[in-house]
Amino acid sequence: MSNIIELKRGLDIPISGQAVQKAKKVIIPDVAAVKPTDFRGLIPRLLVREGDTVLAGSPVFADKVSPDILFTSPVSGTVSEIVRGEKRKLLEVRIKADVEQKSVDFGARKISSMQASEIREHLLRSGLWPALVQRPYGIIARPSDTPKAIFVSAFSTAPLAANLEYTLRDGFEDVQTGINALAKLANGTVHVSFSNENYSGTPFHKLENITPHIFAGRHPAGNVGVQISHISPIVKGDVVWTVSLTMVAAIGRLFNTGKYDVSRLVAVTGPAASEPAYVKGFAGMPLASVADFCNGPAEDIRFISGDVLTGKNVGKDGFLGFYDNQVTLIKEGTGCEILGWAKPFRSKQFSASRTYFSWLTPKKRFDMDTNTHGEPRAFVLSNVYSKVLPMDIYPVYLLKACLAGDIDKMEKFGIYEVIEEDLALCEFVCPSKINIQEILSDGINLMLKEMA
Amino acid sequence: MNGLVKFMHKIKPTFSEGGRLSFLHSTFEAFESFLYVPGTVTAKGTHVKDAVDLKRVMIIVVLALVPSLLFGIWNTGYQHDAAFGLGWNFWQMVWYGFVKIIPLYLVSYIVGLGIEFISAQIRGHQVNEGYLVTGMLIPLIVPIDVPLWMLAIAVAFAVIIGKEIFGGTGMNIWNPALLCRAFLFFSYPSKMSGDTVWTGGLSRYLADGTAYACGNGVVDGFSGATPLVHAGQGIQSLESAGISFLDLFVGNVGGAVGETSVIAILLGAILLIWTGVASWKIMASSVIGALAVGFLANALATDATPYLQLPAYYHLVLGGFAFGTVFMATDPVTSAQTETGKWIYGFLVGALTVTVRLFNPGYMEGMMLAILLMNTFAPLIDHYVVEASLNRKAKKVKSLR
Repeated sequence: MSNIIELKRGLDIPISGQAVQKAKKVIIPDVAAVKPTDFRGLIPRLLVREGDTVLAGSPVFADKVSPDILFTSPVSGTVSEIVRGEKRKLLEVRIKADVEQKSVDFGARKISSMQASEIREHLLRSGLWPALVQRPYGIIARPSDTPKAIFVSAFSTAPLAANLEYTLRDGFEDVQTGINALAKLANGTVHVSFSNENYSGTPFHKLENITPHIFAGRHPAGNVGVQISHISPIVKGDVVWTVSLTMVAAIGRLFNTGKYDVSRLVAVTGPAASEPAYVKGFAGMPLASVADFCNGPAEDIRFISGDVLTGKNVGKDGFLGFYDNQVTLIKEGTGCEILGWAKPFRSKQFSASRTYFSWLTPKKRFDMDTNTHGEPRAFVLSNVYSKVLPMDIYPVYLLKACLAGDIDKMEKFGIYEVIEEDLALCEFVCPSKINIQEILSDGINLMLKEMA
Repeated sequence: MNGLVKFMHKIKPTFSEGGRLSFLHSTFEAFESFLYVPGTVTAKGTHVKDAVDLKRVMIIVVLALVPSLLFGIWNTGYQHDAAFGLGWNFWQMVWYGFVKIIPLYLVSYIVGLGIEFISAQIRGHQVNEGYLVTGMLIPLIVPIDVPLWMLAIAVAFAVIIGKEIFGGTGMNIWNPALLCRAFLFFSYPSKMSGDTVWTGGLSRYLADGTAYACGNGVVDGFSGATPLVHAGQGIQSLESAGISFLDLFVGNVGGAVGETSVIAILLGAILLIWTGVASWKIMASSVIGALAVGFLANALATDATPYLQLPAYYHLVLGGFAFGTVFMATDPVTSAQTETGKWIYGFLVGALTVTVRLFNPGYMEGMMLAILLMNTFAPLIDHYVVEASLNRKAKKVKSLR
């Protein structure tokens, strides 16, 4: 068995609202949405009009640059609304679901008898190709590439993340089929990373056709980007792909059943959720359907598709992201605290630094809200970021290169190795309240533009 | 208190864009965020944030300086009492020190914060809290008798040239408080060096025969020379002046207000290291650097060079070394940013300080110039550390393939 890779640096944010392992309800599809904004840098070409009828698996829009990449509807029904934003940017395609759900039949197939090109074709047609995310940059994988390897993280360390053993407890066969399909795409190398905490207990350690790795440590040990940098760091010219375990299961289902099925158990979590638990939902489900979890008036609560570090604030009327299996409900922190920064004790606030006393209560969970706890400033403290980043890069140097738009320096300081989620903790602990993920995002977009 | 928040909310539109006093919005925001943590919510990126902000970080440094300040207040009175043989009690000494130091603080904060507010206003930035610390530091490192107008000019120089032209806190190259002291030193050397400037009231007494309380005049045998001056003539000179290692450690000796008591500085150091606000690596390596050069000098010393015979550990308690190491060299903006760089930077600060002390009898206090010089070279140190690290990584990646 491979060695345990121990990550010393990191931080588990002690936020309250962990979901208990039971499925509280099944979300009946009512309205669902497919969102181009779930995918970085995607320019969509719309394939439907309002009023068109679609089946689950029917294409809704395609990638304008590589039109083979299709994005398909999670439900069967009628296209009810096409939502556009500024400059007519396509934001959402909303689909009113039929009472009786019908799917496009892509045909169940045996992986062992398929060529890589057939698998690729199958994924592209069904709309599951976007599950493959390329590093560097975190964009949808290019169908013409053959990656050096594919990386899958079998655990998540993000705040309040859904427990993958629970959400995929009936999906082992699907995951194995998905892995087999990926292995063919990557000429054999699929790296799967496990947590040392439950390595022997998780059913996934029985997966075959993989190169296993074991990681120990706090968040972001479960981030696939961090794992890659310890298994096989990305350098210029490399292309690797990453797939989340949830999407691996969806790929497996496609081959086992012939259906585009992005249903999943979704953890409804967060301090503003009463009795946080799981619901049986699907990618593109409306978040209004979990509004009954709110423990206060929904206007004061932020609906996040994803976790508190990297999720998107989609609002009560928003929809679950393509990759997400978690909804976080959190209070808007619009309250003012008189002389808060000067108070010796603020027992309700968490700080990873020792300038407050929350280190005295390591077991305590905090009801965090969205207050920034301070105003934006220039970079001042230099040693706070590396304490939560178990990667061999200099985050401040990289970020300053991004701010300066200096491509050479960005390359030098490791822009190929990171995407926003890897530096999210740096943003959390930053005493200067700098929007680190936004800076990195702009840097990556610049790279995409310049290197294209 | 809630009424205050309501009042601030009520007058906020006047200062916001389009309001009558909108040109004062930086000033308003500075006061607002000083009074309470505003109800700003995260807009992009992470949805929750750590409770710590720069105000908290700065207030920790200010707190760490309080022991030195309190001791300095007493010591100012004590030195005055000793110089004039007044036989004061504890509270009289404290009162004297208090009266002497308050004007320094008023000048430091009014001038410094005034410039900060104006420049924030001009650039439409927010007022940065960095000056909270700088303003606290400056009175602690200047002679107690420094004329207030000189201090005002020096503070203005330090804030404008040292900080604002680079873009404010976080962008500056040199530590502003040290720049203030350097400005005073080079512009008004007669008020910044010599034996008579470090004891409160002495320069005024010598000039026109009056002082706050001068009794029968300066006591016989009083020289006013700081321990550093004695140390420059060797350990015997220190001992004959009646200054022991313990005196230097406790701090009841002459010198700048905040720098004399190593005990008080250590209390601050503990707080800074415990909270992680200042780098223990810089402090440790600075001490190592000073000891290294000190021991080297001891090894080379002959009877003809008594100043080299001064035991190396004396350098740690003499002059501004301890204060500079703990509060100045560790300034996170102007010191080295990389962890390895911090070791190199700190070591050189300590080593240079002692080198200047030993080989430049004209001006014994090497701490200020050593730190300013290393501030200048910190980016260079970082550059080589980062390059070396990237090369190492490239090699590692190559070997993995």
